[in-house]
Amino acid sequence: MDPFKKHTGIVTLLDLPNVDTDQIIPKQFLKRIERTGFGQFLFYDWRFLDGKKPNPEFEMNAERYRGASILVTRANFGCGSSREHAPWALLDYGFRCIIAPSFADIFYNNCFKNGILPVKLSESQVETIFQRVRMTPGYQMTVDLEKKIVGSDNDVAFGFEVDDFRRHCLLGGLDDIGLTLQYEGAIRAYETQHPEATPFPARP
Amino acid sequence: MRPKTMFEKIWEAHVVHEEASQPSLIYIDRHLVHEVTSPQAFEGLRLSGRRARRPDLTFATMDHNVPTTDRSLPIQDAISAQQMETLVRNCKEFGITLFDLRSPDQGIVHVIGPELGLTLPGLTLVCGDSHTSTHGACGTLAFGIGTSEVEHVLTTQCLLQDKPKTFLIEVNGRRPFGVEAKDIILSIIGRIGTDGGTGSVIEYAGETIRQLSMEERMTVCNMSIEGGARAGMIAPDEKTFDYLKGRRYVPADFDAAVERWKQLPTDLGARFDRVLRIDAASLAPQVTWGTNPGQVVPINARVPDPSDFSDPNARKSAERALDYMGLRAGTAMTDIPLDRVFIGSCTNARIEDLRRVARFVKGRRVAPNVYAMVVPGSQRVKKQAEEEGLDRILTAAGFDWRESGCSMCLGMNPDILKPGERCASTSNRNFEGRQGKGGRTHLVSPIMAAAAAVEGRFVDVRQYKLKD
Ligand code: SF4
Repeated sequence: MDPFKKHTGIVTLLDLPNVDTDQIIPKQFLKRIERTGFGQFLFYDWRFLDGKKPNPEFEMNAERYRGASILVTRANFGCGSSREHAPWALLDYGFRCIIAPSFADIFYNNCFKNGILPVKLSESQVETIFQRVRMTPGYQMTVDLEKKIVGSDNDVAFGFEVDDFRRHCLLGGLDDIGLTLQYEGAIRAYETQHPEATPFPARP
Repeated sequence: MRPKTMFEKIWEAHVVHEEASQPSLIYIDRHLVHEVTSPQAFEGLRLSGRRARRPDLTFATMDHNVPTTDRSLPIQDAISAQQMETLVRNCKEFGITLFDLRSPDQGIVHVIGPELGLTLPGLTLVCGDSHTSTHGACGTLAFGIGTSEVEHVLTTQCLLQDKPKTFLIEVNGRRPFGVEAKDIILSIIGRIGTDGGTGSVIEYAGETIRQLSMEERMTVCNMSIEGGARAGMIAPDEKTFDYLKGRRYVPADFDAAVERWKQLPTDLGARFDRVLRIDAASLAPQVTWGTNPGQVVPINARVPDPSDFSDPNARKSAERALDYMGLRAGTAMTDIPLDRVFIGSCTNARIEDLRRVARFVKGRRVAPNVYAMVVPGSQRVKKQAEEEGLDRILTAAGFDWRESGCSMCLGMNPDILKPGERCASTSNRNFEGRQGKGGRTHLVSPIMAAAAAVEGRFVDVRQYKLKD
């Protein structure tokens, strides 16, 4: 996983609450057995008409957002299915940071495992960003995980909260599995005492 | 000793390691795996040269992608077939028990867990699938995880988790005729919203919940995630023990296990972070009108007017939903005609669901404008239904009787809606395109779906009590 320290990029908008992971990556694309290549299918049913032509009514498709790497959206982003294909698709498309008033739990968690930083700001802060972005084509922001600040030069700057442990892992690009394996002794000790961890009765 | 909630008891019994300001390392007792969210996890294991730590605690099936037509025919979709073959290969390589398409135990992962006695009170259970909350009906702490976490559990049999908050939902009072478990959970989601449970584990309690059968409890817990919760649970009781007794993977010394399980229910006086009380007597059969499960009304209501919502986001969502659903504000729910009816999914495709549907449609016919299908939750459910003759009642009434799998709950296999088709579905998600691009899904209980199939439109099932 790539570490995330500080990132500057063009901001794009998705002006809808409760965007579910079925929309982020529709099920017909879940059949791949790799982690990569999902970006082309991101928001597929919204982004494309007839699966080919870019939908001109989908805000993200506008030329001014080309190359965007920060997505700003509304509350409860990423609800629904636990599919990690959703953050894979966002990352593969080029997003490193998603800003919203709130996120669904599993999605929020999945982002950190893939080097994407989900930033929670208040409804009014998100609204301010929406307005700035719409006013200024090519609007860029900088997300600084070390300082826990997201802002734009001489414009807005918002502090945000993030769990220390998750921040630490993302800053270092650390992999959870490696961390957990350090506790092998504790896991083994637990298994010897825990009744449910003993093998099943003889199977028929 | 301080009184504890059931969740706290299970959580504390599973902490392997804890440190201030870090997520806890908790032990996972059962890990269920399916074909869609696992290939990348196994690949990760392979790339790092690791093995599965506890293949004996890991069980796999194929459900999301599987065809629900004749199993003796080859699978048409080459990519689906590849995903299933990949699972077969991975299970073999890592020594994991797999219930494949030929197995009499195959089925939707959340249906077969309890069926096989893999889901037990007091255990932690995870699966790379959000509806893992279903298993909480047995007093299990069960939640969905992402693929990276699937790899984490395969490798370490543990997960790093922040301790969730607790949320008590107490339902008391007599459930009126026609109000099913599905209606209880849909009205809860309508009340708390699709993010009302975010960060929490819900415990459902109260006399109405106690009176639900095990399968009805599974329906309730299943949709906890639709209210944003990590998990939903119900305290184990005699019904739970009776349900589990004799199942394949239950502990050999079952009586001793029951004694342990009896210690699990929440202590009197234990504190929850949030409490919601609901009067079952006030509930009516529910139908969703929008594109998330919280956009729901009683059957005798009308499609809401977006301008009735004071919250601007809710208003915008409602406008968009009505547009997608092709509905006009003010239309009576009972005036909405249907093209399709789907009875299936991990919410409502167990034997009791099929029995209720069969009892209702016996001697009736599916309306000529409707194509209706029944997809049993598992091969066991299918076999049991056939032994009871339910399949013959259903097919005589004009239903299509299929093989088990997720099917049109998410339409990864060929069972999908065409654009614009409107479906009464017993599944759990009515998201845009969930059952097929442009498809319009209304979530209902099995009995509401059966009645809708017969009438060709939504009907208030309570009216049949007067007629019959
Ligand atoms: S039946 Fe539907 S909700 Fe349940 S596991 Fe399958 S796809 Fe998911």
